[in-house]
Amino acid sequence: MSGKMTEIRWHARGGQGAKTAAMFLAEAVLEKGKFGQGFPEYGPERRGAPMRGYTRIADAPIRRHCMIEHPGIVIVLDPTLMDSAAAGVTAGTGEGTVFIVNTTEKPATVASKLGVKGAVVHTVDATGIALDTIGRPIPNMPMIGALLAVNDMMTVAELKSALVDQLSSKFSQVIIDGNLNAVDRASKELVSA
Amino acid sequence: MAQKLVALSGNEAVAYAFKQARPHVAAAFPITPQTEMMHKYAEFVANGESTTEMILVESEHSAMSAAVGSAAAGARTFTATSSAGFALMWEVVYIAASLRLPICMALVNRALSGNINIHCDHSDSMGGRDAGWIQLFAENAQEAYDNAIMSWRIAEHMDVRLPTMVNYDGFIISHTADSLHMLSDEDAYKFIGKYKADYALLDVENPITVGPLDLTDYYFEHKASQLAAYPRALEVIKQVSDEYGDLTGRYYDHCEEYLMDDAEMVMVMLGSSAGTAKDVIDEYREKGVKVGLLKIRTFRPFPVAYLAERLAGRKAVCVLDRSASFGGQGGPVFMEVRSAMYGLQVPVHGYIYGLGGRDFDLGQVATVIEDLQKVAAGGEMNTINLLGIRS
Repeated sequence: MSGKMTEIRWHARGGQGAKTAAMFLAEAVLEKGKFGQGFPEYGPERRGAPMRGYTRIADAPIRRHCMIEHPGIVIVLDPTLMDSAAAGVTAGTGEGTVFIVNTTEKPATVASKLGVKGAVVHTVDATGIALDTIGRPIPNMPMIGALLAVNDMMTVAELKSALVDQLSSKFSQVIIDGNLNAVDRASKELVSA
Repeated sequence: MAQKLVALSGNEAVAYAFKQARPHVAAAFPITPQTEMMHKYAEFVANGESTTEMILVESEHSAMSAAVGSAAAGARTFTATSSAGFALMWEVVYIAASLRLPICMALVNRALSGNINIHCDHSDSMGGRDAGWIQLFAENAQEAYDNAIMSWRIAEHMDVRLPTMVNYDGFIISHTADSLHMLSDEDAYKFIGKYKADYALLDVENPITVGPLDLTDYYFEHKASQLAAYPRALEVIKQVSDEYGDLTGRYYDHCEEYLMDDAEMVMVMLGSSAGTAKDVIDEYREKGVKVGLLKIRTFRPFPVAYLAERLAGRKAVCVLDRSASFGGQGGPVFMEVRSAMYGLQVPVHGYIYGLGGRDFDLGQVATVIEDLQKVAAGGEMNTINLLGIRS
């Protein structure tokens, strides 16, 4: 593997849009001349069941097809998963791992709950933002907005342009605008420790 | 040749490749993880982007039966399935090959029951390895797309006329968003060409009989004629792949050779795990370990001479199987490779890994390379080893 590779692990429940987000992000970076790989880990395919998604982003073609064991970034769409050992939110993480958690709690509170020494924890009320902007508690797009506040893989403007391409064939302008607004707000409302 | 860089899942990529051949008929029944591929194809048809007649059948046995009927009638035809769906096709899978019908099929590899498992292994395709189909395997969405495009040219070639199966790993390739280069519809169709069925049931001016009773008198001769097609198919696969390489810049052979020139140790495998292996091989190469990879693309017909030539003179070879042959000597790939190596005096051992979608991780590749180093230094391994199993 030559060059830099960013590995992201998503923790969510079925219905929160983590599969869509994991795959969409991999597609969106293509415009930046980067290579993306996005895939969900399928278990019980039902609403509410814990699930994981994975995204790899690199400057060179991505050859490996294994799960991500040591993610550089962990995105948690449902904070209750942090209470579940089986969800494995902290598995393979350590010094320098970036956590972005959808919660109204403060980063310090979340950090102590996670208990990962040297981890960098950010929080954002993605569900609240989604309810305000899209009208439904689907925090996936705001979480990508929050991610871009702390990572330079692409700009928020570039993400929004990719999002319009992705959504315009399927959704109404109201939903598209809601998602764009959600991304904007989350990128600004991210709280860092 | 101008090609578009796109981000698609493996299933979407193969759906595009099949659409670009402008098939007359598709007959399929949904099964995870193939469903999404036919879902995408149905969308093409519903949107008017494809004129393919879709036959929605009540089972996979019927899907393959409908495909056989359609192809015998003279139509360019495809189907797609996975796992138990392929198992249910069983009887008719042999008929498709015996009747020399150039049907293309996407087999999105998934474990067989029981217990029920939706994830990837190669048990489904390996069960059909003696059925007479050409079997191509892919490492990623790009290769799945390319194989799917080439499958038409191979299947329909007059020296071949055999059904062709495009295998790609369930979920690992089928459901992963990946980037790939795609030909335009026009360029792809120009490469694939218009289908001409030389012996069609619907050609009423030239009536033929298809699938009659064939007993002790001529059945054997018909099988002899079928057997003669496979060495020719190997040549045609190479020719078509070379031509495709000239068009796209992506050249394929029966295997991909990765860092093989000076490799003292070689691992042989097929499918998506080869990509993971390459990353770890690079790490060991940096440490001066001379290890290489031979990734099999054409599993049927099995390229015996090709493998024997590439594996001769190595210090150690191992073969990784993502399926088991219960009661046999290791997995199907191991048996084929070791048989092809007969007389080479190169030590070879095998692994069974990744059954039911068990992750094939970087650590497992490292284990394999460490084992190869032991053998190369004169040590011994069990003939067959289980890799990545919980202790």
